Amino acid sequence: MKAVVIGCGRVGSAVAIQLASDGWDVTAVDEAEHALARLGGGWRGGFVVGHGMDIEILDRAGLADADAAIVATDGDNTNIVIGQVVQKRYGIDCVVVRVLDPLRADFYAKRGLRTICPTQTAISFLLEAVRACDVRPREATGAS
Amino acid sequence: MYVVVAGGGKVGANITRSLLDMGHEVTLVEQRRDKIEQLEAEFGHVAMLGDATEITVLERAGIARPPDLVLAVTGDDEDNLIISQIAKEGYGVPKAIARVNDPRNQQHFDLLGITQTVCATSGILGLVEHEVPEHGLVRLLELRREGLEVVEVQITGDSPAAGKRVAGLSLPDGSRLVAVMRRGTAEIATGETVVRPGDQVVAILKPGLEDRLRKALVG
Repeated sequence: MKAVVIGCGRVGSAVAIQLASDGWDVTAVDEAEHALARLGGGWRGGFVVGHGMDIEILDRAGLADADAAIVATDGDNTNIVIGQVVQKRYGIDCVVVRVLDPLRADFYAKRGLRTICPTQTAISFLLEAVRACDVRPREATGAS
Repeated sequence: MYVVVAGGGKVGANITRSLLDMGHEVTLVEQRRDKIEQLEAEFGHVAMLGDATEITVLERAGIARPPDLVLAVTGDDEDNLIISQIAKEGYGVPKAIARVNDPRNQQHFDLLGITQTVCATSGILGLVEHEVPEHGLVRLLELRREGLEVVEVQITGDSPAAGKRVAGLSLPDGSRLVAVMRRGTAEIATGETVVRPGDQVVAILKPGLEDRLRKALVG
């Protein structure tokens, strides 16, 4: 199984490392050459320097025969565009895209893009954590 | 008509001014704080601060009415693409025109269904080609969505087409020679028209046949 991770920041690099250790053949793409360092010294997967909007870079990353693509650059709109291009151009079904804005994540999820919204996840977990504290209403004492 | 203009740089500001002069209703969305003051000074309430790729911002700009036209003319191609998609697919805006800053991104707009685009770089390049027809073939008109092009080709003395009747040319299927320009006058080509050195011929063709057409006409 081959996966291409576009955007090799904190999130992308961790996903790449985990997938590789799960047995995937992984290639990471990032504009910055120093992003390779995030993959660690023992990285055996591929690494391509360039922008994910550049078809030549996507071709070089091997999307033509990839089974999955993960798009996690630091720009929502860039991720949404790259995700759709990868989906349509290379016919890859498993394209997951990080989108920080919950509204845009929802809009594109309804249009068939697998969007992951860390903001929405944080909201849910924070609410859950507060509810789990099981705080009781204070009794009215009259003086506060 | 009601128009939402996304991006208040040189392009957006000038379009807004023209549309207002023509009597249209406009909302201009600009996200840079240093720019918005200047725009507010000129356009007043027409100018609005915000990131036009955010759905809440678009809604404040009246995207749900919906506008008759959305112009996505920011300096960022991804933003322009997203704005056009949200406008058309999310709110049923009948017409969205997107600016393409980097001509290499044109294919992404095409692939994602944003058919109405304007690219200044490609436009200028087209003019350069017209002045300096390096490849012997000048694109006069490109109907991208419809899949048709109109090109002009300069015939020289050593062109294989020179001296032949139009009916005798072996042009690729999907192309047709429609006119011959000679000494500043254009004539509709028939099968009997003879192509001469110095002529400029105009042909219509399906995109992708440029090289074969060029070979057939000028070698």
